[in-house]
Amino acid sequence: MSAITIVRQLSEVVLAIAIAPLFGGWIAQCRAWLQSRTAPPLIQPYRMLRKLFHKDAALATTASPLFRMTPYILFGTMVLAAAIIPSIATDLTFARAADAIALIGLFATARVFQSLAAMDIGTAFGSMGARRDMMIGFLAEPALLMVLFNAFLLSGSTALPSVVDVRTMHSFFVDPSLLFAAIAFLMVLLAENARIPIDNPATHLELTMIHEAMALEYSARHLALLEWAANLKLFNYACIGFALFLPWGIATQGRDGGVALAVAVGALLVKLVLAGAVLALIEALSAKLRIFRAPEYLAISFLLAVLGLLVHLLLEA
Amino acid sequence: MHSPYMITGVLNLLAASLLLISFAMLSRRRTQRLITLFAWQGVVLFASTCLVGYRADLTELYYSAALTLLLKVIALPWILHRLIHRLGVQWDSEPLVNIPATMLVGLGLVIFAFGLAQPISRMATTITRNTIGIALAVIFLAFLMMITRRRAITQVIGFLAMENGLFFAATSATYGMPMVIELGIALDLLIGFFILGIFFFQIREQFDSLDLSNMESLKEE
Repeated sequence: MSAITIVRQLSEVVLAIAIAPLFGGWIAQCRAWLQSRTAPPLIQPYRMLRKLFHKDAALATTASPLFRMTPYILFGTMVLAAAIIPSIATDLTFARAADAIALIGLFATARVFQSLAAMDIGTAFGSMGARRDMMIGFLAEPALLMVLFNAFLLSGSTALPSVVDVRTMHSFFVDPSLLFAAIAFLMVLLAENARIPIDNPATHLELTMIHEAMALEYSARHLALLEWAANLKLFNYACIGFALFLPWGIATQGRDGGVALAVAVGALLVKLVLAGAVLALIEALSAKLRIFRAPEYLAISFLLAVLGLLVHLLLEA
Repeated sequence: MHSPYMITGVLNLLAASLLLISFAMLSRRRTQRLITLFAWQGVVLFASTCLVGYRADLTELYYSAALTLLLKVIALPWILHRLIHRLGVQWDSEPLVNIPATMLVGLGLVIFAFGLAQPISRMATTITRNTIGIALAVIFLAFLMMITRRRAITQVIGFLAMENGLFFAATSATYGMPMVIELGIALDLLIGFFILGIFFFQIREQFDSLDLSNMESLKEE
């Protein structure tokens, strides 16, 4: 392991941690514009985090150590996931150690801890949110796996860096099966990150909330870490999407010097700006689904991903 | 980056988006959305026919592509829009469709169609032979849509989508039918559509709704 690899890995993780709230802020800003409201400044999420870190944490008397630990675990898993996903370069130490299936396992771990912590206090809202989140999760996970299998079939590997390497090397062209996979992935991304067709990120204290319900009992630094982890999760999903469907600009193996890395950071920022605008547009245009429609929504996403596999087998055979 | 490879790739992509639109039609409840999707299907069909025509160097195909554009992208959606406005059902949606189950059946049909098309595509010599399976799947999905829907208008859209699938199958298996036949089909489609449009009003006058399950009551005991 050379020094440059470590530098690359570190810079990627630091970049992810630093700009994840910015990405969330950018989406909020686009949403506000589309709803013709005055947009909050771009650095609003950072101010929020700063405010929360300066407050004193209040804990319920029934809280167990699990409840205290969970924000740190969540933040840790999301940072680890950011280290695995090739967002700016593919020659990464962590990315070689864990493939995309392990990555999904990591997300599942985070979900389990968050749900357990939400149930820990024993309030009605917490356990309701936890149960709903588990329901969404168990439906979204197979769909996400199927999407990944589409990309794996094309590149012949389950590691995200090789997927990026293969795709950038000789595919200037969109494979038909990726068309299906991309739509399925977008649906999963919206569902998994508590965005609008499934959950409204702007609600607070409503019967329909999912993610907010689980974070309801947290305050101060715990809440800050949870929010940060949620931002990181969205950032990570966006980066998985870029790696699978828009890998152009990522510094591939052998071509990852300083200049290529700078180009990769620039490309990532451009892609994030565009993706944020698209996400905001989707959220502005669609209405929140009833919770009982969520299985239907995720079933469609799963079927689209399977269809992508079928189309690949038919057209490439 | 040589051209034949590119064209085959684009054709495959268009075929895949045709299938995607078919699935979208299967999962939509609102009539208006269905009409928009139908028009998009026509656009994709137009593009792919043009491309096949360019690739195979057949002027005939350009004519049928132009026919597609005129009839399926402009005329029929426009008439359908006017029709649902006049019937006052533009905000109609169909309540009793179990979408996941329908999609699952659709997936089964796609697998069936792909299996069915494999021997045919092995015999075909066209550049688009791989897409015969997709064309068959589009036909089956339109069939499924006609079976699962109960409103007259959505059934007609299903019927039109099925014709789209047949057209695509013809282009991909044999570079299209002879011009005379194609013109005949287009005319048939238009006439059939007008007759069905008149039927809509008749059905509504009889039953006060466009729900075809009401027609069951016409049976003799």
